[in-house]
Amino acid sequence: MTAVNYDCKDPSSCRPEQGEEFLDLLEERRKSSDIGHALRTFNPSPYRGSLSLTASDLNRTVMDSQYLRYIIQEVATETGESVDLVREGASGILVEMSQNLQLGFIRLLGFTLSKVMKRLFTHININPDGLRRLQQAIQDSPVILMPNHRSYVDFLVLSYIMFTYDLPVPVIAAGIPLMDMKMIGEIFRRSGAFFIRRAIGTDKLYWAVLSEYVKTIVRTGYAPLEFFVEGLRSRTLKSLTPKLGMMHMVLEPFLKGQVYDITLVPISISYDRVLEESLLARELLGVPKPKETTMGLLKARQVLNEDYGSMHVYFGMPLSVRQLTQARVDRCMYNLIPRDLPQRPSPETQVCVSWLAQQVIRVQERGMVLSPWSLIACLLLQHMQESHSGLLAVEGLEEGLALDLLTQETLWLKELALSFGAHLDWPKQLPEHQVMSHCMARHRSVIRCNQGRVVLLKEEGHVGAGLTTAEEGVVRRAGAVLMVAAYRNQAFHVFVRPAMLALAIRITNSSHREDIYIYFIFLLDLFSNEFIFIAGRSFQDFEEACSLLRKCGAIHTSQHEVTSTEKGQRTTSFLLALLQPFIDAYQVVFSHLCDGVEVFTEKQMVPAVRGLAIKLILSGQLRSYEALSSDTQKNVLSALLRMNAMTRLTTGEQSEFRTNKPSVRRIADTLAGRRPPQLIQTIPRL
Amino acid sequence: MASNSNSSERQRIAQQRLRIIAGHLQKHEDGESGLIATECKAEAAGSNGANKGTMPKKRQEVMKWNGWGYSDSKFLFNKKGQAEFTGKRYRLSGMILPSLQEWFENTFGASVKQHKSPATPALNPGALPPPNLNAAFLKDLKATGIPFSHEADDRVFRAHGHCLHEIFALREGRGFQRVPDTVVWPNCHNDVVKIVEMACKHNVCVIPYGGGTSVTGALECPPNETRSIVSLDTSQMNHILWLDEKNLVARIEAGIIGQDLERLLNERGYCTGHEPDSMEFSSLGGWVATRASGMKKNIYGNIEDLVVHMKVVTPRGVFEKSCQGPRMSTGPDIHHFILGSEGTLGVVTEVTMKIRPIPEYQKYGSVVFPNFEAGVACLREVAKQRCAPASIRLMDNEQFQFGHALKPQVSSIFTNFVEGLKKFYITKFKGFDPHQLCVATLLFEGDRERVLQHEKQVYDIAAKFGGLAAGEDNGQRGYILTFVIAYLRDLGLEYYVVAESFETSVPWDRVLDLCRNVKERITRECKERGVQFQPLTSCRVTQTYDAGACVYFYFAFNYRGLADPVRTYEQVEHAARDEILSNGGSLSHHHGVGKLRKEWMKESISDVGLGMLKSVKDQLNSERPKWLHSFQVSRPCVSRNVQAECLSTTQQCIRLHLTHCKNRCQ
Repeated sequence: MTAVNYDCKDPSSCRPEQGEEFLDLLEERRKSSDIGHALRTFNPSPYRGSLSLTASDLNRTVMDSQYLRYIIQEVATETGESVDLVREGASGILVEMSQNLQLGFIRLLGFTLSKVMKRLFTHININPDGLRRLQQAIQDSPVILMPNHRSYVDFLVLSYIMFTYDLPVPVIAAGIPLMDMKMIGEIFRRSGAFFIRRAIGTDKLYWAVLSEYVKTIVRTGYAPLEFFVEGLRSRTLKSLTPKLGMMHMVLEPFLKGQVYDITLVPISISYDRVLEESLLARELLGVPKPKETTMGLLKARQVLNEDYGSMHVYFGMPLSVRQLTQARVDRCMYNLIPRDLPQRPSPETQVCVSWLAQQVIRVQERGMVLSPWSLIACLLLQHMQESHSGLLAVEGLEEGLALDLLTQETLWLKELALSFGAHLDWPKQLPEHQVMSHCMARHRSVIRCNQGRVVLLKEEGHVGAGLTTAEEGVVRRAGAVLMVAAYRNQAFHVFVRPAMLALAIRITNSSHREDIYIYFIFLLDLFSNEFIFIAGRSFQDFEEACSLLRKCGAIHTSQHEVTSTEKGQRTTSFLLALLQPFIDAYQVVFSHLCDGVEVFTEKQMVPAVRGLAIKLILSGQLRSYEALSSDTQKNVLSALLRMNAMTRLTTGEQSEFRTNKPSVRRIADTLAGRRPPQLIQTIPRL
Repeated sequence: MASNSNSSERQRIAQQRLRIIAGHLQKHEDGESGLIATECKAEAAGSNGANKGTMPKKRQEVMKWNGWGYSDSKFLFNKKGQAEFTGKRYRLSGMILPSLQEWFENTFGASVKQHKSPATPALNPGALPPPNLNAAFLKDLKATGIPFSHEADDRVFRAHGHCLHEIFALREGRGFQRVPDTVVWPNCHNDVVKIVEMACKHNVCVIPYGGGTSVTGALECPPNETRSIVSLDTSQMNHILWLDEKNLVARIEAGIIGQDLERLLNERGYCTGHEPDSMEFSSLGGWVATRASGMKKNIYGNIEDLVVHMKVVTPRGVFEKSCQGPRMSTGPDIHHFILGSEGTLGVVTEVTMKIRPIPEYQKYGSVVFPNFEAGVACLREVAKQRCAPASIRLMDNEQFQFGHALKPQVSSIFTNFVEGLKKFYITKFKGFDPHQLCVATLLFEGDRERVLQHEKQVYDIAAKFGGLAAGEDNGQRGYILTFVIAYLRDLGLEYYVVAESFETSVPWDRVLDLCRNVKERITRECKERGVQFQPLTSCRVTQTYDAGACVYFYFAFNYRGLADPVRTYEQVEHAARDEILSNGGSLSHHHGVGKLRKEWMKESISDVGLGMLKSVKDQLNSERPKWLHSFQVSRPCVSRNVQAECLSTTQQCIRLHLTHCKNRCQ
């Protein structure tokens, strides 16, 4: 262990160490007493420059800050309220928000989680090298833990790991709904969670309290700060585009020179099976998610009896904000305004912060560990797409897919994934058929294998009022498909760049490198809310895709030419089929927008598109269930807004949008290959 | 406080105590006052011959040719491995410093016995390029009778200041690519006028040379300069021309060095109160040219506050104001073109400067703080209440320990015991962490009663920030450090340790962040660049202002194992300067820009600002503008010096780097 930080300016291009060992945290828990574990001496080494404050010191520092005083004065002037009243308001916000990290509760949590985790998971695998790097990083500078967010389990598992390995327990940014759960909210609070309202909007005072709170935590080195840069739990198990508000707050102490450096630690948490899998699809299909309540949690105890396989927590390489922002932000711009006063980040800073967040997410993706099930899911969905509903066990009539074929394809895909740099958790000691059957057993809620043939199950139970039986059938099927799709999505980041390239080659029907590249950029742009692409890196992405496809023999490249090969047919068609559902879904939304009303709200659009998609599926014109997913629909919306094919008329809850139909049509045509892409940006050199 | 109990006794003694600097300074046997009231007459001065100042024409006869200060004064480790300071000039002279070796070896990982890096013993004149002489110029020069020299050692001595790379090159015997071709010693203003006129006429470069203490590379000759270079040594222009007791001002020739000025004024019962740490050697003209700052600026002001009038010789002629009014509203103050011009606009020849009666009473003091943060908070409060003593400086823990390593051998067991007791009280009883605590050193000055009152006020404020009064000795030792630090660098260079200092000024709220970040940056840069040993980084808040403070850094490391230590050093210092600027610090508080920091000038003062400076320079050199034009077309700038760029013209040229002075170690 020499270097703690990446020494490269583009962390997303650095592969995690291949063959880095994992260590099972639960193994030790199964051998020794949980009480002993909970009561062990806990003596972590904190950040060297830490001011060792208590939780109430922290709050006092926030309330006394020049910044907050300034904003309170401003708000008082704006609203006409007295300063004292506004100050009280701020204090109230802080009380609602603030964490109250206590070692006793961490111990309680440690004990409880030991019990729960052992029931839920067979292994919790952690990379010990990552822990060592983290330990060093924590001492050197304030550390921001940045895990991906796929499950509620993410929430406390890092605290649990940190406690177990004698690292300072983090404070965690959490959504308000969690706080409202009786008792649990308080337990979370005392375990280090602090609570942030959803939809803060333009509440100036709230923003001020929150940002000062976060900045104070970072500046004083109070504890490592954990937050989910994706903002939300990903319902699709794909990475979400980063939310930047928190990111700005966290980075400000560095940009203003109040700390020497800040270390971002991307953490990849991967599950063989996600606890809330059945909820995911429902939420995407608009079946409201149950309110987070303590009773709900207790009722969910039945989950304790299920097999969720393993969980992998990969602590990525710590990223030095100082190094990464070096040539991107000129910190001198903060010299002319007192640092305690609010200052809008410059465009340069905004671009940099966004870039940094994308980098973190890419590093998270690269650290994900895939289970064989993710590969199986890719293949299952492709077969289903080809034979329409052929795989779905509708009334037990479908004959399904031959297990042997599936096994053989999975093994093929395994090699492809490995050659694309994926981390696979493929049990080496087991024969292939057992790996397959283990996976299918674990996911028996959606998949069955009868007499050597594999079938997908549809969702049971009531799915929504006001649907006819046929429509209801589609939604039920969609539930199952989207659940499997979520596991496919876990593997998407491995294939997406080569897939974009394959698509670009196919659509442009050209071997001219530049044509292909231009179309590739169009795809990156269009799908950049769907998949994570780092801004300004399209050329590297293209090169990377070329090199991967060349490596597996799917293309030939020369200086000016890129051609697909006969030999790579299988790879190419796999990759194309992988993208197809998204392309179909985007086209459905496009056609709705082109035919529908010009001005609408998001709330109006989602059911309308869903209705259209159901109709198309029923008539056999559409095979993509992605079109039903509200997530996809919203991504299309964001993409069109970004590409100026749509404008937002009002902001807030009830945003209205206006479609620029010709633009949407142009994009739809380009995606379908009916017209070449319009050059929006200047193309980097090839 | 142990130190306060016998304070009345001390106050009595303090009357006799030498004033801060006087105590460090050389005694003068010749009783000549140096006060003359007549205009210089070249022949008279020439025939008189005897030099009235400390600095002879042949400086190398009393000064080191390849290091800091007097030849007879230096640190060395004696056969027993103990450090001592040789000579008789300073308070530390002839003393044994028992803790220095241990501190030195522990701090740098150096070994006094094993790893030596001695300097080349003597200058090799053969290695020097022969002088590039301009015969016509020389002919005219001879006719004037102004003394000059082409001797190798004279030329080399004036080819450098005291930047690390310059001293390092001398020690290695490498010398410099380009050195002055002629050294001239004008005796008065009129001599300078003649020299500049001749230089313009014969296309010769002039580099003014004052104290030679520049730490910005300003004295470096551009390596590819093809014209003959004249070093204009102002050391013989060292008289106080007159003294006006009604207005408390004195007219002084700009070549006078600080110690002579102070000594001569003291004889008349006056002082300037301007005491940059380099004042032993730096010159008045240099102070003006670099915007110098003195230790006691809180009472007396910085150089720009002290200057009432000045006379400057430029290629366009002499400029001066027509009266000596204390303040004027006559457009932007033209003095401010010269203050900080670093020799690019002209040669300062005479200055009228404020003087003050010698203060009745002086007292040192010190305060120990539990940590640097508390100390900065205290200094900020002192500045806020505008009650700063003549000098108040806050040294960080590293510098505090450094200062302690310079403690001379204590003879009495009792003193040892008292010291031990004090240490016990502070670290054990008060719970100060010896690796965190830091000390503020104080110097009060004025009439006795006010000093005592002032002292109480400052100690009361300090107490609010957890500060404990820690006696006069600690205070005084802090100031000694700043005078001997440059000598200590020479010691380090004997044992593979390179060292340098740099400074900045910064708003109060950023002081702590800047100090921490710069030190951290240095440590990390050293590591990244393969420095095998932990570097020493230390800082002190050395001046306070209403809106901010001046911060001074020391930086040193053991370079064993490095191929090119000077380059590594320069890279790290460059990074440190970037860090300072990113943290809201200035490019320089008082050292100046020179060639060392030229590259940051544009971002520091903006394009327009730089253009303003350039246009002033153009004006002073545009006697025949068509040549300026041809210069721009045909010749790229030969100098790296930012100020030099617009000064050179093909036919008529003078390049003036008036850097008589470094005012190092503020």
